Amino acid sequence: MLLIDCPFCGKRPELEFRYGGEAHIARPDDPSEFGDKAWGQFLYGRSNQRGMHAERWRHVHGCGRFFNALRDTTNDRFAATYKIGEERPALPEAQGAVEA
Amino acid sequence: MPDLGQARRGVLGGVDPSSGTGMLAVLPPLSRLIFRGRISTIGRVAAAFGVEPAMEPCRASVSGERAALWLGPDEWLLLARESEAPDLIEKLTVALAPLSFSLVDVSHRQVGLKVSGEHAALLLSAGCPLDLDRQAFPIGMCTRTLLQKTEIVLWRIAETAFHLEVARSFAPYAWGFLEQAERDL
Ligand SMILES: [Zn+2]
Repeated sequence: MLLIDCPFCGKRPELEFRYGGEAHIARPDDPSEFGDKAWGQFLYGRSNQRGMHAERWRHVHGCGRFFNALRDTTNDRFAATYKIGEERPALPEAQGAVEA
Repeated sequence: MPDLGQARRGVLGGVDPSSGTGMLAVLPPLSRLIFRGRISTIGRVAAAFGVEPAMEPCRASVSGERAALWLGPDEWLLLARESEAPDLIEKLTVALAPLSFSLVDVSHRQVGLKVSGEHAALLLSAGCPLDLDRQAFPIGMCTRTLLQKTEIVLWRIAETAFHLEVARSFAPYAWGFLEQAERDL
């Protein structure tokens, strides 16, 4: 079973988690000043990364917390998990790079 | 006015709680409060409740008949004797008055089950994805998790005994599943 390292509870089975979409997408402070195109980009534009992807997960059947994770979308390996509000961790080149 | 005391029914509906071979039991009713608050509230909770909520993740602290179970970094399940809920809510509300917090009485939302016996961990493993070896899940550890298709709170109260909290509408399902697993051991 795939284990995901919750920043609060430690390594737990994937069954207890829910995926929460791409991470680090900040809501604009003033949507009314934002313009339709930019707003559409905020709502729907995603990086659709092949390789290392920063994404949100929620430990819904555990501590209930959202957190962020770096996961390689080509092999489903989690490279890191970190709390909401923390910087995206830098990864060693070999881990982060994926051939196109 | 209907007499609500008269209308009280067991949560397991038609299921006979004595039908197992002894590893399963329904626990008597308890007071259950979900407390949520920042770390700065913990001292006041400890003073009013008599049990210091565990700060270590997935750990329960116990004092007498009361317990505080860590469910999340700002969330604890407080357990006490059945009759104590109204009194506790008042005490805690007074003690915490100037601070932001949330306190909800969930006494009747869920029901306690006990799984005990030499093979208790093995029985639970039929439907729980956690490693229940005593190194990985020691006495005093507690957490929300899954039992097959239903969410539970699982708390190891002894080497060979677990306290489960399950939503009352899922209790017949959880009971039926555990009973089946017990037959299959
Ligand atoms: Zn967690």
